[in-house]
Amino acid sequence: MRDVAVIAYAQTPYVRTERVRNEVEMLMPIIDEVVKKAGIPRQEIGFTCSGSTDYLAGQSFSFVMAVDAVGAWPPIMESHVEMDGAWALYEAWIKIQCGEVDSALIFSFGRSSMGETAETMTLQTDPYTMAPLGPDAISMAALQARCGLDAGLFSERDMAEVAARNRRNALTNPEAQLAGEFDVEALLAAPYRVSPLRDHDCPPVTDGAAAMVIAAADVARDVSDKPVWIRGIDHRLDSHQLGSRDLTKSPSTRLAGERAGVSPGKIDIAELHAPFSHQEIILKNALGLDDDVRINPSGGALAANPIMSAGLARIGEASRQISGGAASRAVAHATSGPCLQQNLVCVLEG
Amino acid sequence: MSEEREPVTRIVTPVRVAYTYTPGIASERFLRGCKEGKLLGGICDACGRVYIPSRGACPRCAAPTSKFQELSDQGTIITFCIVRVPAENIAVDLPYCTASILLDGADISFTGLIQGCPFEDVRIGMRVQAIWKPESEWDYSVGNIEHFHPLDEPDIPFKDLKGYS
Repeated sequence: MRDVAVIAYAQTPYVRTERVRNEVEMLMPIIDEVVKKAGIPRQEIGFTCSGSTDYLAGQSFSFVMAVDAVGAWPPIMESHVEMDGAWALYEAWIKIQCGEVDSALIFSFGRSSMGETAETMTLQTDPYTMAPLGPDAISMAALQARCGLDAGLFSERDMAEVAARNRRNALTNPEAQLAGEFDVEALLAAPYRVSPLRDHDCPPVTDGAAAMVIAAADVARDVSDKPVWIRGIDHRLDSHQLGSRDLTKSPSTRLAGERAGVSPGKIDIAELHAPFSHQEIILKNALGLDDDVRINPSGGALAANPIMSAGLARIGEASRQISGGAASRAVAHATSGPCLQQNLVCVLEG
Repeated sequence: MSEEREPVTRIVTPVRVAYTYTPGIASERFLRGCKEGKLLGGICDACGRVYIPSRGACPRCAAPTSKFQELSDQGTIITFCIVRVPAENIAVDLPYCTASILLDGADISFTGLIQGCPFEDVRIGMRVQAIWKPESEWDYSVGNIEHFHPLDEPDIPFKDLKGYS
């Protein structure tokens, strides 16, 4: 295995609605920033991989247009995943493992505000047996939360505490969208949005983009004082059919965590991509994280949920914590699909 | 098989997704230009190439195209095709000629219909000019140009069009 490190990360400020700029205009400044931070000339970066989906803004081939923000002349080696940028990172990591390239630029973007995101997510369910029922993203997450409550795995208070902690943590993250001190009693007094979920249990609608540069050891040591090493990365998936899963557990996260090497070894922080409060509890259990692990110092997806970037952002935020000296070993997680269907786990070290 | 059944060939899935799309700084500038009957190209901050319409970036340099310049509505055909097959959402009568037109001053081609001459006369290098709809019908749309019409000018030699797309 080749040692690979994150050497630079950048993200846009996360906002409810990016009305002024299009996707290319959002990406250009952060791609410029991340390439400068990486210290590798743009033309020398071996591979470019992006993660996005046309469904978010209803723009066909939006990922092709987004390549304008990279500078694709002379022609570059480029790929795209119709998934969160964390999976673009995985593809790039594989490319480096294969010895094809020594460095890669990864980026992801989305303007959820252009559509009705919760309803758009219905389209990722089975088109014959599930989508005709019209379950939106919040209703599906509510089913999962209900299963967990009924099984006695967590309480509505536990969920409110997750939300309050994430948004308190976000106070120190200048790019977060939703930050503040919230009183758990007041949160629990609020009406349900989709029972048993209240507004605080649900992610905000977020527009934003993220970009990262990774490199193999030789290059990373050459250009970076503080490379953040990807010690393990793995992704797994559960059934596409919600009905055939035990929604209170995340076996794919557990397996990905084992393969990525979460244990043994002390974990200082975990950045978990949990768009809904109860999902953080399910993920924490699946990864076997101790209570002293600081979860989501960035505020996580409850503070900003840039769809298609929120997973890559977890890895980026964890790498920032390490390069900034606040942690030496971290777990970062990304999810995709309804109710934590697909999960990627990445172990990072300074 | 004890029972022959008709295959299920169609189901209706009642999911509808609606969007309110905002085009961004550069595209908005371009569309506002269209409304005034102007063709605005975006100029790359780094290399000076002119893109129409510009999405806000130069795909060669990855630099912003922050300045704009009004382009001529005359140009040169760099490639074309005669369309004889119907397609959904296209209101043009068949057959028709669609062309990539390098507007004077631009570094990338612009798409338009060619009318006003027999198809067999359409050729690479041919000079054409935009025929606009009446001003009262102008909208934030490239549809303000009804079609392009041949100009009575000598062709541009092929070698001068090389490298443009």
